[in-house]
Amino acid sequence: MNSEVKDTRKFLVTPSPHLKAPFNVKMVMYIVVIALLPALGGSIYFFGLRSLWLVLISVATAVLAEFLMNLAFKRPLETCLDGSAIITGMLLAYNLPPTAPLWMPVVGSAFAIIIVKALFGGLGHNFLNPALAGRAFLMVSWLGKMTSGWTLREGLGTTSGIQVDAFTGATPLGVVQKLKDVADPNLTETARQALNSPETLKALFFGKVGGCVGETSVMLLLIPAIILIAIRVIDWRIPLAYIGTVALGTLIAWLFKATPVTPIFHLLSGGLMLGALFMATDYTTTPVTPLGLWIFGIGCGVLTVLIRLWGGYPEGVSYSILLMNVVTPFIDRYTRPRILGESAAKKERK
Amino acid sequence: MTPDSGNLDLTQKEIKEPLLSPKPKAESNWQIFSKGIILENPVLILMLGLCPVLATSTTVRDAAGMSAAVLFVLLMSNIVVSLLRKIIPSQVRIPVFIVIIATFVTIADYVLQAYTPDLYSVLGIFVPLIVVNCIILGRAEGFAYHNGVGRSILDGLGKAIGFALAIILMGSIREIIGKGTWFGMSVSPSWFRSNAVLFFGLPPGAFLVIGLLKACINKIFKREG
Repeated sequence: MNSEVKDTRKFLVTPSPHLKAPFNVKMVMYIVVIALLPALGGSIYFFGLRSLWLVLISVATAVLAEFLMNLAFKRPLETCLDGSAIITGMLLAYNLPPTAPLWMPVVGSAFAIIIVKALFGGLGHNFLNPALAGRAFLMVSWLGKMTSGWTLREGLGTTSGIQVDAFTGATPLGVVQKLKDVADPNLTETARQALNSPETLKALFFGKVGGCVGETSVMLLLIPAIILIAIRVIDWRIPLAYIGTVALGTLIAWLFKATPVTPIFHLLSGGLMLGALFMATDYTTTPVTPLGLWIFGIGCGVLTVLIRLWGGYPEGVSYSILLMNVVTPFIDRYTRPRILGESAAKKERK
Repeated sequence: MTPDSGNLDLTQKEIKEPLLSPKPKAESNWQIFSKGIILENPVLILMLGLCPVLATSTTVRDAAGMSAAVLFVLLMSNIVVSLLRKIIPSQVRIPVFIVIIATFVTIADYVLQAYTPDLYSVLGIFVPLIVVNCIILGRAEGFAYHNGVGRSILDGLGKAIGFALAIILMGSIREIIGKGTWFGMSVSPSWFRSNAVLFFGLPPGAFLVIGLLKACINKIFKREG
């Protein structure tokens, strides 16, 4: 922000904020990295060592890309290790199917860092969440590879609850999506009961289901996130507004029979937890005002519900967050708090 | 898709004043011709006519087809506007320009439809939309209306070549990365072609490529914003 203010020594004139939090950027970033590690551990358990390779390659590419872009733009080189590139790399890998080819995290991370972050000005200037933009780029380019291969590690098998013959290997939300096209009422009813069974919900909570590398385990994402919220590294408003809106929206839909599964299933499945807790809370691409944060979270929730229930994709978390990232400047503009001393009447006259 | 003519203020009061007044000092013929290719490249420097550039640069073949259509229309409209410049009343000159341009666009449209139906089906609405391409209207208003036929031909050729270079450059980048081919010919190993970056063949890729090209151009010419 204050890159123009270079060296004024005596009278440092900077834009707000003048009160500083106990953490600096680097610490915050590494705290988030640590908070993301349990999900990686879970992923290695559920999907095998390949998850670890995907994450390592992705992180290495992100850091290298950041380094090269700093070199090219003559920015301070050490910022490639400030942790933000590591988070981008981790989140990108968390959004890949566990069997994705190993070049995919390379391409995705490079796109995220070079195009979305560095070319727009580096840390704090990206207009989209880099990891999600990288994922969207991969989705558009290699849809087939991004939406298949959710198979669990050998020995774990597919979750008994959702193993309907035709859908083996799909994600739980993929099964829900497929159910839209199934005409046979018996099959639909069997699948519906299986999906809403306590075993399925338990599997979803612990993460023993098909899905992206780091999104499946609600437990391993939720616990670190609650700690982050408690120490105020991430704001509680967006996760609450986002998850609350999805809960409310799917509850209404469930009551009106617009979705075959309960709101609890919707909350536990897909990338909602990873998205709401770790990706929708990125500082740069979210509003700064408290009201703006609420609007952002609710907007994400509404879009997610709409895409899940009526969209062409089974899951809508990533596109919801990207769309809300884009409107963030407008949210900020229209939720600008009144400046001290500015009268309400005067503001209206404008 | 909004027409490109938005930046020509048709409601202005001082209609007798041309929007772009002719330069006081006469330019050499070579300058008139060459200006449009690099220094005043209509797409990459002036950012005009972006709508067809973004939409029809998916492959080099489409880009070349679009370039040919624009070259024809721009050249012919420049000639006719230049020939008629003495008898076109300045109050109604914009509608007259549009009618002239639309005439040639209609010809180009029918010719493409008759002889290259494949290409025509891809270019689709973007051929008729050449009518509102602001490069062509801009040259009629800014140059042909004030200059003789010879100079207008040179100007039209230069600007059309500049447009063609830009759109074919875009098309090349997008086709090579997005499909692994160039003008339909394979230019990459088969493992790349089967995994080509589809993104670049789609609309978001067009915006990305034009943005990156513009950034490079600004860097080279040291232009701000």
